[in-house]
Amino acid sequence: MTEISKVEIQIAEDKNKIVLQNKAKELLQNKAVDIIIGYGEGTDNTVHAVFITNPDNTSELIYDERCLQNLAVYLLKAEVRKFTKIGIIANIAVMRTILQLASENQLKEEKIVIIGITADGSLKEFSGFNELQEYIQLNNLDISKEDQEILNRLDSMTAEERWNYWTEQFSRCNKCYACRAACPLCYCNRCQVEYNQPQIITPESTTQGNFEWHFMRAMHLAGRCIECGECGRACSVNIPVHLLTFKMSQTVKNTFGITAGTDAKLGSVMSTFKPDDKENFIQ
Amino acid sequence: MDITRHLISKEKLSSLIGKCMEDGKKVYAPVKKNNLVNFAFISSFQEITNDYINTVQSAKPVLFPKAEKLMEIKMSKDNIELKSRDKNLISETIVYGSRPCDATGINILNKMFTAGITDQLFAERFAKTTLISVSCKKCDSKCFCTSMGINPGNTDGSDILLTEVENGNYLVEIMTDKGQKIISSYQSYFDKAPDINKDKYLVDVPVAFELKGFDEKIKDAFDSPIWLEQSMRCIGCGSCAYACPTCACFDIQDSFNGQEGQRKRNWDSCGFSMFTLHSSGHNPREVQSKRWRQRILHKFQYMPEQFQLFGCTGCGRCSRSCPTDMNIKEHLINLIKNI
Repeated sequence: MTEISKVEIQIAEDKNKIVLQNKAKELLQNKAVDIIIGYGEGTDNTVHAVFITNPDNTSELIYDERCLQNLAVYLLKAEVRKFTKIGIIANIAVMRTILQLASENQLKEEKIVIIGITADGSLKEFSGFNELQEYIQLNNLDISKEDQEILNRLDSMTAEERWNYWTEQFSRCNKCYACRAACPLCYCNRCQVEYNQPQIITPESTTQGNFEWHFMRAMHLAGRCIECGECGRACSVNIPVHLLTFKMSQTVKNTFGITAGTDAKLGSVMSTFKPDDKENFIQ
Repeated sequence: MDITRHLISKEKLSSLIGKCMEDGKKVYAPVKKNNLVNFAFISSFQEITNDYINTVQSAKPVLFPKAEKLMEIKMSKDNIELKSRDKNLISETIVYGSRPCDATGINILNKMFTAGITDQLFAERFAKTTLISVSCKKCDSKCFCTSMGINPGNTDGSDILLTEVENGNYLVEIMTDKGQKIISSYQSYFDKAPDINKDKYLVDVPVAFELKGFDEKIKDAFDSPIWLEQSMRCIGCGSCAYACPTCACFDIQDSFNGQEGQRKRNWDSCGFSMFTLHSSGHNPREVQSKRWRQRILHKFQYMPEQFQLFGCTGCGRCSRSCPTDMNIKEHLINLIKNI
């Protein structure tokens, strides 16, 4: 990147930041929202989520290429949910999560104000879920080239090679459940892995226990994962767990023609039967 | 015992570790794999990496495994047979390459597992583990051992501490009988220590905060709004607890296959929403802010009360592992300033 284009990007980012901060201030001042979930400067040149209730503090808000965390995970957090009206800084991943949560009856349209950020970093407001849906249908969330390459490589492997690949990856898993906690769609009050009477999933972190956990997580997100990749980013031992749910999303799309997080009334692929569903998986 | 000093060359250190393995000891050391440096059981010295500030996970699993079988259970019509874990199956182990903060962490773990009723499995592992730590030449912004009263050349908790000095040689400091046993068994590997000042070979970790009086001050902070402010972005995973060298909570689970089963203990974390869920359905820590408060109070109030030491060594692992930047050093600075 040349020096000039770096400066241009910086100027555009600064301009977008001011627009974003002013919008947030206005929403809080007008009581259009009670809290805003956004990104702020973190420690050691990282960013982290910030929660703003006072219009005088909106200068904390930033948005740049470091802002990757899927903030929608906080929408269902008890301490956030108690606010009547929630504003959220939403990139495409957050927007899609909002639609998916709505389709699963977890989020009411009147509860949130979407402060959208477009791919070029500028602000976009939405009147409601309908407009959000239209926008999402035109703006895809593409998975990265690197991830697609690994997925292709996994596809070309034999079953045994694939098994060995995941055995090696899961051997590092400690079951800290950061993948679950980081995912906005893992919102069950009691995860299946927490049941002990009967014990559904082997609770300990062993080869078998880790496999059971990751398989279950992937299956429970089939047709629901919006492909933000947050689970993989959250993993402190770099297991690419997001590839499991990405693969599920691709399979659901190819089989049923459905993409999660594109329609507020999508319904659930895994619990809906349609007479014209393809049944070619039965062999 | 008094600290005794020796010198060992890198080559001799490598053959010493090899010899220990030949003699049937298991060696647990930092290994680089998938761009991460973590402890693993090794089969040759060459697997060990030197290229790390601190491992992602601490050396804790060698004494307190993430999943451990406690006993076997066999049920018949009129009898239940319980068979404890055979302690003799636990092998003599050398932990190589732990940092001084880790060694302090193991000391803290030992206090917790032996206060009151001694945890038999932990005590057996502890007795059979020799800690050969390596002092720090590098640190990062997450390190704050010097704020916790530890330093990069701290000998506390290690059986042997190595400090890399000149010409690829290591200064060897022997702190315990377990350490002395290694020296006595393998005398030919060691040379006489020169008269050197160890400190000049250590990294300077800046002091980030002054902890004096904090354990007293924190006693009045239970109802402070600061816990909620700090923990709003916490998502409630167990990443911090599982990376921590002193977190020792576990969950006990039985699993059965017909009439035969096992009782196991697995790591658990006070950050999980169900950690304190009662069978009645009541949860005294029903929100994340109360769980975060527990994490901090346990390490900075309850442990000083119980053991006269802090439950934190300043290793910075929780901050490095956290997906939401819950940087403990920054949170402590903020707490000291604002409560």
